[in-house]
Amino acid sequence: MAARDVVASLHDGMTIGIGGWGPRRKPMALVREILRSDLKDLTIVAYGGADVGMLCAAGKVRKLVFAFVSLDAIPLEPWFRKARESGQIEVLELDEGMFQWGLKAAAFGLPFLPTRVGLGTDLAELGGLRTVQSPYEDGETLIAMPALKLDAALIHANRSDWRGNVHLFGPDSYYDEWFARAAAKTYVSCEELVDRMEDHHPGDAHFNIVERCFVSGVVHMPCGAHPSSMPPAYGWDMKAFKAYADAAKDPGDWATVADRFVGASEQAYLESIGGKEAVAALPLPIF
Amino acid sequence: MTDITLAELCIFACSEAFRGNGEIIATGVGPVPRLAAGLAKLTHSPELLMTDGEAYLVEQPVPIGPRGYDDRKAAGHLPFSRFFDSAVWTGRRHAMVTPTQLDRFGQINLSYLGGSHAQPKTQMLGVRGFPGNTIYHPNSFFFPAHSPRVFVPGEVDMVSGVGYNPAKRVAGGNYSGVDLRRIVTNLCVMDFGGENADGNRAIRVVSLHPGVSFDEVQAATGFPLERGEIVETPLPDAQALEIIAALDPHGIRAGVIKDNPPARRP
Repeated sequence: MAARDVVASLHDGMTIGIGGWGPRRKPMALVREILRSDLKDLTIVAYGGADVGMLCAAGKVRKLVFAFVSLDAIPLEPWFRKARESGQIEVLELDEGMFQWGLKAAAFGLPFLPTRVGLGTDLAELGGLRTVQSPYEDGETLIAMPALKLDAALIHANRSDWRGNVHLFGPDSYYDEWFARAAAKTYVSCEELVDRMEDHHPGDAHFNIVERCFVSGVVHMPCGAHPSSMPPAYGWDMKAFKAYADAAKDPGDWATVADRFVGASEQAYLESIGGKEAVAALPLPIF
Repeated sequence: MTDITLAELCIFACSEAFRGNGEIIATGVGPVPRLAAGLAKLTHSPELLMTDGEAYLVEQPVPIGPRGYDDRKAAGHLPFSRFFDSAVWTGRRHAMVTPTQLDRFGQINLSYLGGSHAQPKTQMLGVRGFPGNTIYHPNSFFFPAHSPRVFVPGEVDMVSGVGYNPAKRVAGGNYSGVDLRRIVTNLCVMDFGGENADGNRAIRVVSLHPGVSFDEVQAATGFPLERGEIVETPLPDAQALEIIAALDPHGIRAGVIKDNPPARRP
């Protein structure tokens, strides 16, 4: 399918999960396609980076479910900050571990999963999280982490076939497979699309992070994680992140800079950043 | 030999937090805590596990700052996708971090400052993994600028990490994993071994950096401190300094504390 078909299947008011982690392996091309659309009033569920910042800046977000929003080397995501400090978005703030627990509850069709995490902090009160008591002898009081059910999830992978046999080559899947299992529909963008995985890469099946029954559609989008990182193909584009962060201060108005960071089309966007060669040349980050 | 810096003294003091922890993941976030974890592993506590800052476990701590990508030699794998299963929710970790605020209960904040949760005056990172870290495994803290803006009067603006605040504990909750260990600042080392008038745990000063007085520390703290059996914070030895230099070849530690002062005040 094409990115525009993915976005056409989404509706105003939906709850959408976005894979990746901060500035790492975000499905940015699909996010840009949302930014080019009229979609609005979204609930976004993400370990946030520029995906969250851009969607907030563009006024697409009604509610955000998050544990952090950060670009790592630029710790505080400036467009997210603006949205928060103007009070324009509703939030459910969670611990990173509770967040994946909520995705797992959704994946298993459970109303909640119990956890100690959140006790002793302000999270439960601010998020309206309730407690449950163990029915066994211990009688322990636990937070009931509600299921984070997603109408759709977006993830970006190194390789896939049209059936949705997805391969990830990086060292970390983050929680992408749980986003996929928690979602009614999951759309995968990929760097490389093959027709039948078994004909081309039968020896690589261990790179398959989630079974294809959890994948509803696949879009071929080379460089689709830019400006986030896509190991081992390319690193994050810190220059692009910096320009994006600086634009939050000057001019500070998304409408006037959106074209620079989104582009009229994905092709126009890729050309504006120097094409596929420039993305391929981005070094992998070191820590 | 150049003068020992206060940052180096702090790294040495922070590394003590990881002594005798056993086979757990030592996580130091930020240059001083990370160098401290590496120093601990290379000296008194080789059994510590640590990551390369990303997804792999290494037995040789990775130096900080620019270097060739392939310097890292992975011995094990600990991606974010396994982090809660393996490190946090099993209690097999000790993290040293720098929150924005810490109060007398050891409650910490890195979510937002001022205003309300619906509309913060200053939005920061969000709670990240702090609620889970603080209820499941030991935590220590490093602050490069000891002040009442960090060690706040009253309570932190948003409780992002569990402390020893009785008012925040629900009946039947299991808080046995709450284990706040050491606080190292540019002035002193503190722990949570004190006891206040209500019989609750309180923060106490256990060592003062050379030339610093208890009164100076108290004046820079927004709540009353207890006095432990206060000693002078020891200076790092030659071996420690050599390891610190090797783990920080670009001298990033010189930028951590304002004006990079010497360990001994002139």
